[in-house]
Amino acid sequence: MNGKTFESSMRSRYFKQRLFFGAVRLSALVITLALLGILAYILDNGFRAVTWEFITQPPTDSMTKGGIMPAIVGTLYLTVGAILVALPLGVVSAIFLTEYAKQGALTRIIRIGVNCLAGVPSVVFGLFGLGFFVVFLKFGSSILAGALTLGILILPTIIGAAEEALKAVPQTFREASLALGVSKWNTIFRIVLPSALPGILTGAILGVGRAAGETAPIMFTAAAFFTAVLPKSIFDEVMALPYHIYVLATAGTHIEETRPLQYGTVLVLIALVLGIDLIAIIMRSMFRRNKRW
Amino acid sequence: MRKLFQQLILGGFCLAIGAGTAFAENMVIKGSTTVLPVAQAALEAYMKANPGAKISLSGGGSGEGIKALIDGSTDIANSSREIKSAEVELAKSKGVQPKEIAVAIDAIVPIVNPKNRVKELTIDQLSQIYQGKIKNWKEVGGDDLQIVVISRDSSSGTFEAWGEMVLNKAKVTPKAQMQASNGAIVQAISKNRYAIGYIGFGYINKTVKPLTVNGVAASAKTALSKEFPVSRHLYMYTNGAPKGETAKFIKFILSSEGQKLVAKEGFVPLPADKKGKK
Amino acid sequence: MKTRKNILTKRTEEIAIRNLFGFFAFLSVLLLGLILVFLFREGLPLFKQISVADFLFGTAWYPTYDPPEYGIWPLIVGSLVVTFFACLIAVPLGFLSAVYIAEIAPAGIKEILKSVIELLAGLPSVVLGFFGMVIVGPWLQETFDLPTGLNIANAAVMLAIMAIPTISSLSEDALYAVPREFKEASYALGATRYETIIRVVVPAALSGISTAVILGMARAIGETMVVLMVAGGAAAVPGGIFDAVRPMTASIAAEMGEAPFRSGHYHALFATGIVLFVITLAFNLIADTISNRFRETGSGTL
Repeated sequence: MNGKTFESSMRSRYFKQRLFFGAVRLSALVITLALLGILAYILDNGFRAVTWEFITQPPTDSMTKGGIMPAIVGTLYLTVGAILVALPLGVVSAIFLTEYAKQGALTRIIRIGVNCLAGVPSVVFGLFGLGFFVVFLKFGSSILAGALTLGILILPTIIGAAEEALKAVPQTFREASLALGVSKWNTIFRIVLPSALPGILTGAILGVGRAAGETAPIMFTAAAFFTAVLPKSIFDEVMALPYHIYVLATAGTHIEETRPLQYGTVLVLIALVLGIDLIAIIMRSMFRRNKRW
Repeated sequence: MRKLFQQLILGGFCLAIGAGTAFAENMVIKGSTTVLPVAQAALEAYMKANPGAKISLSGGGSGEGIKALIDGSTDIANSSREIKSAEVELAKSKGVQPKEIAVAIDAIVPIVNPKNRVKELTIDQLSQIYQGKIKNWKEVGGDDLQIVVISRDSSSGTFEAWGEMVLNKAKVTPKAQMQASNGAIVQAISKNRYAIGYIGFGYINKTVKPLTVNGVAASAKTALSKEFPVSRHLYMYTNGAPKGETAKFIKFILSSEGQKLVAKEGFVPLPADKKGKK
Repeated sequence: MKTRKNILTKRTEEIAIRNLFGFFAFLSVLLLGLILVFLFREGLPLFKQISVADFLFGTAWYPTYDPPEYGIWPLIVGSLVVTFFACLIAVPLGFLSAVYIAEIAPAGIKEILKSVIELLAGLPSVVLGFFGMVIVGPWLQETFDLPTGLNIANAAVMLAIMAIPTISSLSEDALYAVPREFKEASYALGATRYETIIRVVVPAALSGISTAVILGMARAIGETMVVLMVAGGAAAVPGGIFDAVRPMTASIAAEMGEAPFRSGHYHALFATGIVLFVITLAFNLIADTISNRFRETGSGTL
């Protein structure tokens, strides 16, 4: 017989397992602590700054006092604009890919295109937005240019989410509808799409969260350090929350004094983005639980 | 189909509104972060006196401001350096006539961390430090510590002016850390006892220690008399002579009220005889 | 007769809709192409002034001097080094957490951890850059008595936080896709859970996991705000992990505003954008090929 008994080899095998499981649990713990740590720091340093005045007043005294209202409004305009661009385009593209497209070269090219678009770095979007929307189309640095750039940025996200939502609709729905003599388009429009709507909405919300937090695409296409009044047309520049954080922390005139305001702005932005993401996560799990076919 | 149609109409509607109001007057100011506090203080005071005005202000550096002027995307370009002849040519080739208006006087002051023993440097020492040839504080009378060189990004007029007046256009060592603004340099130096940086006079505060250059301390007096070797004008450039809202704003800055704001932000107001002329 | 006409118009309507939608779907490809066209249109003129080799391998980045120098090798190295160290942290953490979620965690903890990772993914990059600049930087500087806290180490940690969600969720999907029969067979042969995971499940999911890692790397190398605020900005090839660097993304973002339209500097920045785009494109295409090529982790049952 060999030297190792069955028991001792089992012991060493289970020992390795315990080590591995320990490492695995440790990594999960580290990641959770990282998130909580970041949130805790920002909450701790920022919550004093976030008062009702902070959210509703514009900045004064070289940004050392006052609030960030124009930045909130600007971010709102930019994200609404981005979704207005990306949602119709994305849903239509997803419908084509799931309902109409044949498995051929065209579909493959489109999919590769969408995947590659998803991988383009945000600063390259900024470069493109600058070269194309701001200069070539002469929109200037404006809400329009910024929203268009952000829209292209989140387009792959929307397409992905919409595709998933459409694929989740059971094939039986379509078959029943077609069997009743309904045309393909009407089937999609009146049966498939409404069923997929919650999933599409979730994707749209996640896209909004992403667009709200991006800085590089709007640095040269829409954002200004300080606008004296709220934008009145889509050709105006705006302040925006992520850009505001960046300029206050690096390019501002009173970096140390505005530190509490920076934390406050970060807190508002995180609350906005994470709040949006949480809503989407909850919506998604609600709909998953309700689907019972 | 109906949804798509509705969205198209909504979009077109928005565009229509947008295009209509795009013709409302909107003044854009971009450029130097050195001039930024002056521009912002002036903007806030101007807004109180003229509540209807729509003005947007950005930093980014003198290079950005001038580029925006050339590209036609700004009305006023703040600059802490003179416009380069290559930029003037580029502007003219695009039909832009840059007009230079001096609005204040400034000194660029080298600063170190308050824990640093060194109090004074000569221009030559500064030049060698920034070129990376002097690497340790003990070579200039300080402790045995590595010198960390902090500089501005190339879009900065302060960077250009420093390069001209101190380095004589020699190249800054590539190991220099780049910060995006005067404020960022103040922040970096205040936390770092190895570092040296340079900032506009108006940014000096208690967290950093200014050095004397060639034995001269920077002050309003020495900047004006040019006794302090690294002193310069701050400018606003416009396309041709300023008109309309732009003219009103510039006039405000050059007025005694505006120049008081200049002094309040820590810069040197223009001497009474030289206002606006160059 | 009416029925036939109705059917015909319905058919044309269907075909029209299909083509219209197809066009919109193709728009993504068109946009990608447009981006490429613009990058090349604004970037290629640089190479009238300087050769491609000098651009890619030149070590001096002095675009605003007279005469300007456009060597981006230090920038490329900066991007690669920061990505490498970020992955050193992110790949183990991302992979192990994916294993935990997919195989080991009890249901309640699984949901919580998935939400944690999704929230982490939602953190805007400027927030992480802020955190790195304001908290991690000074901490690093004091703890290790460094000349500066804004360096490769700082950037690597913050970038890892951005890459972990990508690596983790994609790896988790890959692990889920492994058929239950594989695991059941392994257990039936007497393997422990650990041995099953390491020797059966992970190898079966390897293509998905490598896709996840590659996409995580692509995410890290393309990230802008974090490295802009935290990596230090020195355009020099680094000597150690506590040196400052200037990755390509940070350089573009920092200098884009000041390069006059169609000047040499402007072209140089777009050319840098081309290099960046090509690198991330390569990563994405490799990931795509791997995931397409090895999708046949099928299952056979009797």
